[in-house]
Amino acid sequence: MAELLLELLSEEIPARMQARAAEDLKRLMADGLKAAGLEFTSVRAFATPRRLALVVDGLPTARADVSEEKRGPRVGAPEQAIQGFLRGAGLASLDQAEKRDTGKGEFWFAVARKKGGPTADALPGIIETAMKALPWPKSMKWGSGTMAWVRPLQSIVALFDGKVLSGEIAPGGAMAPVKFGDTTRGHRFLSNGEIKVRGFADYVAQLEAAHVILDSAVRKKIILDGAEKLCADAQVSFNSDDALLEEVAGLVEWPVPLLGTIDAQFMAVPSEVLIVSMKTHQRYFATIQHDGRLASRFVVVANNVAPDGGATIVDGNERVLRARLADAKFFWDHDRKSTLEDRLPALKDIVFHAKLGSQADRILRIESLADKIAAHVPGADPAQAVLAAHLCKADLVSGMVGEFPELQGVMGRYYALEEKLPAAIADAIGEHYAPAGPNDHCPSAPLSIVVALADKLDSLISFWSIGEKPTGSRDPFALRRAALGIIRIVVENGIRLPLKKFFEADDLMAFFAERLKVQMREKGVRYDVVDAVFALGGEDDLVRLLARVEAVQSFLGTEAGKNLLTAYGRAANIVRVEERKDKTLTARIQGALDALLFAQDEEKALQAQLAGLSLSKRIEREDFVGAMNELAGLREPIDAFFEKVTVNVVDNDRLRVNRLKLLNQIRSTMDSVADFSRIEG
Amino acid sequence: MSDRSARLKPTCFQELILTLQDYWAQQGCLILQPFDMEMGAGTFHTATTLRALGPKPWYAAYVQPSRRPKDGRYGDNPMRLQHYYQFQAILKPSPPDILERYLGSLEAIGIDTSLHDIRFVEDDWESPTLGAWGLGWEVWCDGSEVSQFTYFQQVGGIDVDLVSGEITYGLERLAMYLFDKKSIFELPFNRTDSDVPLSYGDVFLQNEREQSAYNFEFADTDMLFRHFADAEKECGRLIERKLPLPAYEQCIKASHCFNLLDARGVISVTERQSYILRVRDLAKACCEAWLATQKVPA
Repeated sequence: MAELLLELLSEEIPARMQARAAEDLKRLMADGLKAAGLEFTSVRAFATPRRLALVVDGLPTARADVSEEKRGPRVGAPEQAIQGFLRGAGLASLDQAEKRDTGKGEFWFAVARKKGGPTADALPGIIETAMKALPWPKSMKWGSGTMAWVRPLQSIVALFDGKVLSGEIAPGGAMAPVKFGDTTRGHRFLSNGEIKVRGFADYVAQLEAAHVILDSAVRKKIILDGAEKLCADAQVSFNSDDALLEEVAGLVEWPVPLLGTIDAQFMAVPSEVLIVSMKTHQRYFATIQHDGRLASRFVVVANNVAPDGGATIVDGNERVLRARLADAKFFWDHDRKSTLEDRLPALKDIVFHAKLGSQADRILRIESLADKIAAHVPGADPAQAVLAAHLCKADLVSGMVGEFPELQGVMGRYYALEEKLPAAIADAIGEHYAPAGPNDHCPSAPLSIVVALADKLDSLISFWSIGEKPTGSRDPFALRRAALGIIRIVVENGIRLPLKKFFEADDLMAFFAERLKVQMREKGVRYDVVDAVFALGGEDDLVRLLARVEAVQSFLGTEAGKNLLTAYGRAANIVRVEERKDKTLTARIQGALDALLFAQDEEKALQAQLAGLSLSKRIEREDFVGAMNELAGLREPIDAFFEKVTVNVVDNDRLRVNRLKLLNQIRSTMDSVADFSRIEG
Repeated sequence: MSDRSARLKPTCFQELILTLQDYWAQQGCLILQPFDMEMGAGTFHTATTLRALGPKPWYAAYVQPSRRPKDGRYGDNPMRLQHYYQFQAILKPSPPDILERYLGSLEAIGIDTSLHDIRFVEDDWESPTLGAWGLGWEVWCDGSEVSQFTYFQQVGGIDVDLVSGEITYGLERLAMYLFDKKSIFELPFNRTDSDVPLSYGDVFLQNEREQSAYNFEFADTDMLFRHFADAEKECGRLIERKLPLPAYEQCIKASHCFNLLDARGVISVTERQSYILRVRDLAKACCEAWLATQKVPA
């Protein structure tokens, strides 16, 4: 058993592409090895800013010869079949095939003999194929070459069983081929010259000596541990951020966390602004004081061990942060000189969508929706809701949001507070984009609910009206997210919102139902039950719909429920079979039963039970649990009926039709609660 | 090492330029002079846009005064100018050690890479008006952007034959970093121990004020619309005559007219895109005509 070590050294690989590239390399190499009949025990891949590395363990040093046989058509088969066989087997003519008698006649056989031999002979081709197939999100050419890679490729380590594989990658043009070898380079600034490696363990150890930590998980741990220690010493706590950590670990081969200080003059700027500015522009981590407020220290992760202990690096980073935050402070001070109302005219010039007008047009729509929605949200004053809607997009034309688009809403809230608008209006502006995803916070204050709903409903209704509906994976206007947002707000706050008051389109209602199923599936709500309730039609109040769904689902979990579902299926089935035989039956089994025709106690009892139900009243009162209890009461008479009564009596058609009517009533009664035919047993 | 390469690290704006010129001359670059027309960036110089196309190798470096009318702040913003300088080096085809050469230029201007934290942060470059794009990085020194580095992939919508490595230094920003100044206008333009020591502000502050007023308030927009249309027409006429170099100058002219009109706020969002496309069409036509003069007969 032997080890394969591969390293592809290049100029700096974008941080966001590294993890995916390592995974792709692993997958492509594993596929290539398997396709070549090379088994192995494990394969691991790693990425740093300058290299992709891969180690495969437990490879055989040689493969035996294998021959694969493929049976073709019968000798004398039509030409077309013969040609197909030859193509499939990769043969030029029948001379290369063998004739064999299988006992059932003579057939053509293609025999492919795969030459075995040293594994080392097969590996270069597998490596080259994997490299060519590696799907970089963006790749480039360099020099005079024609090869595409993420950035110029510099060297390749390819060692099998401790020996250099014979191979090379030719970038094309007038460029020298990159030969497989056993040398690489360490850290760009903290090491010198080439490193000769003998195998994976040696490679990892020598890289570390040359200031390269190969494994990004280890780099992350070094960053976290280092940052936490620095923070503890400075009596602040580290505000970790997974996405930022991932990115920073992809920017450094030798992480050195350092602590810097935010100039005191900037601490009055909203903390969201400081955090975003530090993160997006500078890749710094924020730190937090014991009382939860932003602390004036930040963590920068350098890629260098400087002889002065990092003092110059920290000083430089503090300077650049001062310049950045001076910009942010300028926007903060400048933006507060105008009111949100002052900004509104500028929204007329911002196109929201070519067919849907400007942001100003959009605001008018949101205002009108907010006015209508407020009537359905307890505690929401319509005038205040309209004012919040009126101002909710004004921060889009502020300097700060121009610079940091991700602060939309957040800044609007701050500016509203600065101009002494009521806190509830400021919060409604601040929260109107929420929830932005399944884990985002969901508004719960009345005004916030109204404006957040109005914003999302406007998107859905407007884009629907111009035919921009999501299809497959295409959802450029994030309408699925908007619908999910509405569902979360309505359901989590128990808002009784009749959606059909706001739009006509049936397919938009169906879109909500689809989103609801996706949303509720995670919470253990059965999609078939949602379907069964939704299929009744006319339901546009998601809270009521879910209450009914929950009642039906819990009923179906009981013994009575399961039993009744079986009975429902049986009744429906009998009626269906008879309807198929007799086209006139459907019309004849509608309408009232003829009590005089009842011949057995069981049918009388069932009829009485059905007649005594007050399902529609209970449903109207939204007493779904009560309705289910009534249905449960049907179980015994139905069971008794099926046990004792023959429906399809042969000699008495009036009796037969009356009994079928009874069965039909079971079906229609149950269907008034939910379409049970959609329930999967 | 020659005496010139042993030059002490620059202490003022003009020494920064001289040091970079020296350094890139030693790397085998032609040292060219600025293109004598208004343009938004050093990339518009024929030494980059046109020379990046075709099969002939080309190493050049130059300073290019760059004008971005919209960035004017009447000299009030210490970090923004509507007229500034870029230093540009282009190496075609990009040599394998181009990054090492670039890092050498940082050492030359006084950035000790053992003491600082140099990073290559992904930054793809695209010029919609030139129909050009490339992949590369922003280069950071202790968190401050000190250069942009791009491997050109397409220019004028045409795939390049040889890939150019293009390095752009924003000179004012770099100088502010090197000389630790909070305002561009405080940068020493020449040595502070000169007979007549002058700051960047002494040289350019009045220009920023007046040009900002022109860009935002007084530029005659009717005239500029006419100039745009004239340049566009002239460019087309020259392309037909197979004169890509004078045609390209008309393209540069149209581009600058557009930038001024944009600063004057008379181009709406939707029109904006169509103007950019019109300039791009000119640039494409010029690039194609130029390329036709460059192909070596097979």
